[in-house]
Amino acid sequence: MAMEKQIVLKDLQEKFGSEISKTDLQFGDDILHIKKEALIPIVNFLRQAPYEFTMLLDLTCVDYLGEEDRFEMVYHLFSLKNNLRLRIKTRLKESDLKIDSITSVWKNANWLEREVYDMFGVEFEGHPYLKRIFMYDGFEGFPLRKDYPLRKRQPRLPLK
Amino acid sequence: MGKIIDDLPQWEPHTPIQGGFITTKFNELLGWARKFSLFHYPFVTACCGMEYMSAACAHFDIDRFGAGWTRFSPRQSDMLLVVGTVTQKMAPVLRTVYNQMTNPKWVVAFGACAVSGGIYDNYAVVQGIDRIIPVDVYIPGCPPRPETVLDALVKLQEKIQKHEQEWRWKSK
Repeated sequence: MAMEKQIVLKDLQEKFGSEISKTDLQFGDDILHIKKEALIPIVNFLRQAPYEFTMLLDLTCVDYLGEEDRFEMVYHLFSLKNNLRLRIKTRLKESDLKIDSITSVWKNANWLEREVYDMFGVEFEGHPYLKRIFMYDGFEGFPLRKDYPLRKRQPRLPLK
Repeated sequence: MGKIIDDLPQWEPHTPIQGGFITTKFNELLGWARKFSLFHYPFVTACCGMEYMSAACAHFDIDRFGAGWTRFSPRQSDMLLVVGTVTQKMAPVLRTVYNQMTNPKWVVAFGACAVSGGIYDNYAVVQGIDRIIPVDVYIPGCPPRPETVLDALVKLQEKIQKHEQEWRWKSK
């Protein structure tokens, strides 16, 4: 018997009520807005039985330039056993651009977090190898930030 | 039975060319030899590689132009096919591959991305490989049709034939 998604949300509200700022629904999937300190306990809770969100589908970041909490981390989770999807969002300040790494919970978070670090400059505490994954050594700045200059080029070779 | 065979017209052996030699210029002979023995090195980085595969396989018979042999070592090849998007990160690799090729060597930019950067005008992509290495023939298209590739090959052959050829003991 597959679990209903209302049960997951109810259990989360009971256990982490003070850490969840609000819940939302978009495109038929639930969104959980949480405080960043509660990320590890919440994903550990969801990873285990009976919810079993065993898949981390994606992990990314959004830059809301000009807002107080500028960056938003987005985690897409999927439960194969219960056929449930859940999105977790949390806001980060530009002055304190750090969040706990979830590589201890899902292994594939390793490269996804490196990508977010490469493109947005978010630092993941506890990541085993936080290094740029796409851009080369010596590349300055973070190209997917909204304030990265549109025409700024940093060639490795002198171009003609 | 023997009579019928005897009545058949006799097959005459081909008459040899008078004197047994032909005359040409060494420069043109070398150009003729070089244009029909283009070993190519595919520097495939993106989706144009699929179109390269169809162009290089039996269906379009690239071998009739003498360019059927793909070498996966730049040191053994004459023609560098740059197939696909070249990023800033990949640029030093392409330069190294070009430098590793021995003379004489030719470069073909295959597809819109290699020609001009294509649709990718951003922080990551080199806006045309001619900003890194010299290019002989440009093939437009996203991706180019195999016919376009063969046309470019013929154009490169014409260019090679017209070259002032270089050789090792040539007097400078």
